[in-house]
Amino acid sequence: MRRLFRTDYRQDITLFRSNGDRFWYAVLAVLMIAAPAVLGEFYIGELGGLFIFAIAGVGLMLLVGYTGLISLGHAAFLGIGAYVNAVLLKQDVSFLITLPIAGLFTGLCGAAIGRPTLRMSGLYLAIATLAFGSIVGTVFQKWESVTGGFDGFPVPTPYFFGLALDNATGIYYASLAVLVFVLLIAANMLRSPVGRAMVAIRDSEVSAQSMGINLARYKTLAFAVSAGMTGLAGALFAHYVRYLAPDAFDVLLSVQFITIVFVGGLGSLRGAILGAAFVRLLPQFIAIVRDDLPFGIGRLPGLEPSLFGLVLVLVILFQPQGLNGMWLKFTAWFQEFPFKRQASYRRQKSYARSERLR
Amino acid sequence: MEDAARLLQLAINGAASGCIYGLIALGFVLIYKATEMVNFAQGDIMMLGGFIAYALIAKVGLPYWAGALLAMMITAAFGYVLDAVVLRRVIGQPQFAVVMLTLGLGFIFRAGAGITWGYDSVGFATPFTNKTVKVAGMVLGQDNLSIIVGTVLLCVVLYLFFSKTRLGVAMQAASQNQLAAYYMGIPVRRIFSLIWAISAAVACLAGVLLSPVSMIDVNMGSLGIKAFAAAVIGGFGSIPGCLVGGVIVGIVEQFAGYKLPTGFQEVTSNVVLLLMLLVRPQGLFAERMGKRV
Amino acid sequence: MSLFQAEDISVRFGGIRAVDSVSFHVNPGEVFCIIGPNGAGKTTIFNLISRIYNSTSGKLIFDGQDFTHMPPDRIAGMGIARTFQNIELFPNATLLQNLLIGRHCHARVGLLSQLAFLPSVRRAELQHREKVEDVIGFLGLQRYRDTLIANLPYGVRKVVELGRALCTEPKLLLLDEPSSGLNVEETEGMGFWIEDIKKDLGITVIMVEHDMALVNQVSDRVMALNYGRVLAMGSPAEVQSHPEVIKAYLGGEMESAA
Repeated sequence: MRRLFRTDYRQDITLFRSNGDRFWYAVLAVLMIAAPAVLGEFYIGELGGLFIFAIAGVGLMLLVGYTGLISLGHAAFLGIGAYVNAVLLKQDVSFLITLPIAGLFTGLCGAAIGRPTLRMSGLYLAIATLAFGSIVGTVFQKWESVTGGFDGFPVPTPYFFGLALDNATGIYYASLAVLVFVLLIAANMLRSPVGRAMVAIRDSEVSAQSMGINLARYKTLAFAVSAGMTGLAGALFAHYVRYLAPDAFDVLLSVQFITIVFVGGLGSLRGAILGAAFVRLLPQFIAIVRDDLPFGIGRLPGLEPSLFGLVLVLVILFQPQGLNGMWLKFTAWFQEFPFKRQASYRRQKSYARSERLR
Repeated sequence: MEDAARLLQLAINGAASGCIYGLIALGFVLIYKATEMVNFAQGDIMMLGGFIAYALIAKVGLPYWAGALLAMMITAAFGYVLDAVVLRRVIGQPQFAVVMLTLGLGFIFRAGAGITWGYDSVGFATPFTNKTVKVAGMVLGQDNLSIIVGTVLLCVVLYLFFSKTRLGVAMQAASQNQLAAYYMGIPVRRIFSLIWAISAAVACLAGVLLSPVSMIDVNMGSLGIKAFAAAVIGGFGSIPGCLVGGVIVGIVEQFAGYKLPTGFQEVTSNVVLLLMLLVRPQGLFAERMGKRV
Repeated sequence: MSLFQAEDISVRFGGIRAVDSVSFHVNPGEVFCIIGPNGAGKTTIFNLISRIYNSTSGKLIFDGQDFTHMPPDRIAGMGIARTFQNIELFPNATLLQNLLIGRHCHARVGLLSQLAFLPSVRRAELQHREKVEDVIGFLGLQRYRDTLIANLPYGVRKVVELGRALCTEPKLLLLDEPSSGLNVEETEGMGFWIEDIKKDLGITVIMVEHDMALVNQVSDRVMALNYGRVLAMGSPAEVQSHPEVIKAYLGGEMESAA
């Protein structure tokens, strides 16, 4: 059984809680860096895509899981980042500049959407972001002079100090680097007053105000940071797909992002990554087992979205804490072995709390 | 003179499509008022209802009215079971969870419909298809008129139900204060399932009324998003509000299609929605609620 | 020189005058109690002071500064903290995090520094932690530090609510029914804490309370309210024996039996 004995306040604000954690994260780092040397191009490509979705997932997690603001239109921010990056690259701006600019510009767009939606909560915010996402999608289609509309936009090759990044390995490392960066920013926010303010806003706005938290400021900030991170993901996404089409950034993609956050486990950074893994791997998994399914289910059209929906429903009904919750239960079981605290993990009865009155 | 006729035609088309949005919004609002759950799958239930009607009328061969009524009852039962089996389990989870749940259910419904009935558009014979009526020298399609008339009739029925019948009053009570309703002996959970049933039946009616105008297909549930605009304009707490909201959206859409370049019509409902949320989020009819601390 | 002054404040909800031309002042270092039957407007006055509601008339003055139109999130920075009647803690955060949020009005670090978690931010965090630990020590909450608020019993949550308000280092503390829901021992403990807050920490307290024993134990001055209007103001004994106050609590005189 493992118990963490703390003797210093610094141990509570540090990023890695114990030497055990530090060790395992170091192992993970080595594995991640060495992966392209070991795995084939297909897997590296898939991992790159996973990292990109994880970056967007972290961004959305900060907004939804930590600040409590729902966004059903985040695909719009991915698209904005992608197009800004591609358009600037076409003007021969270096990738080292277009990447951060894509992030910053998308962040500003996020702030622009965050400001007017300040007084909206829950349902209305969800609907507003849904509408926003839809409108931006239409803009991508119609603004043909910039985006090329339905003709598509071939994305120029990005160069990192002379190295072309448009292969699977290049994207893998670029996405990994940005993911680590984004995680660091998120973790820093969460152990600072900013992060606490966001959590306060999620749990009780009135109370947060009486503690001196300016709702407008922090909600706009949450939107901006979230959008900015998703914009960075978008820039990388442009190189992942190499050819931008406006209908890639539709409601379905926004739903996938929200699924990442939800299935991953609201309120945890680890959840964002687990959720991204789930959303990216599920289609692959379905493709693999499709032919082996009984009753010819595998050959039915529309299988993938229905399984997606089914998994979503099952997760919400039976594992509302998501994959992160399952992870925590598993590691807790491991740590407390041979003592097993059954009751701690039993779901408690809960009662509806009105969200009309926050 | 011709312009006036054109405008009236647009207005009628707009009102008709607006009624459909309003009916779907009605389903949202009924459920939301009672349980604060938002059913993002409401449009897909309309789609299922439409397909069931199709199956009964075109495949089994039932006459239109009988088929439509039976379809509504079947869909109502489906809505009841959906609440009793699935939605009841998520009481106590944040609203967001229900949003996700119903989104997921929407996926399942679409796939189920596709598997059962295929992905092509289907239709069935209605007394209103391709028939017209002459009003004040203009020729109007009966299909659009049937939508408007049907919606109005439904609202009258619902109004009478909620205000005059015991069950309807009980539903109002359960919507406003669950605990007090329990104390009064109202079986709140069953009532909520019944509310889901009514919402489902209303959705089915929308699908049936819509079928002569635009065929039934797996993706017709995407109208649900436009229905949000209707519900928001109406104020998400008000039943007449949904219809007014829906008609406003429908008419604005038609005129946008007429006046603006192509491709802008689809975005109209979203723009209207956003504007409404920014300017007057409580809608035209609803009350503002604040928390008492 | 009074620390806090409310002059002629009012608010209406529809046709109801929840607070009707109320004026009072509070001297530095005293414990001022507001009593009255339910619905008298006591919590509403707190909500006016916290600027959750806007007063339709009059002025609110704190430490010489007129804050009648100040936005609610600047109140904590001024030195006024409050607790809520129905406990408005952050249930999905730990006790420690709740108290640290109480330090927010004293956080003077820039956003970019926080994103990079510069040493200045680290130092500030450790300082906040020390201040929070002082409050934890004062209230005896050590063993609940890392527990989620949602898992804490009601009595403990009341104390955490008090602790969070204390973390803001207020000059004026508004306590809304601090003893409601507490048993006899817990109420006694609350009374001792309020005395300590007054004597050791030098904080001025305005308290809404129903428990007359607690009122008598801790307060210096009392104000009685009914239907949004002031009935009486003075020492506890004076107010409790005031005929209007007795009438408000017990109703009018009974008709004779014959």
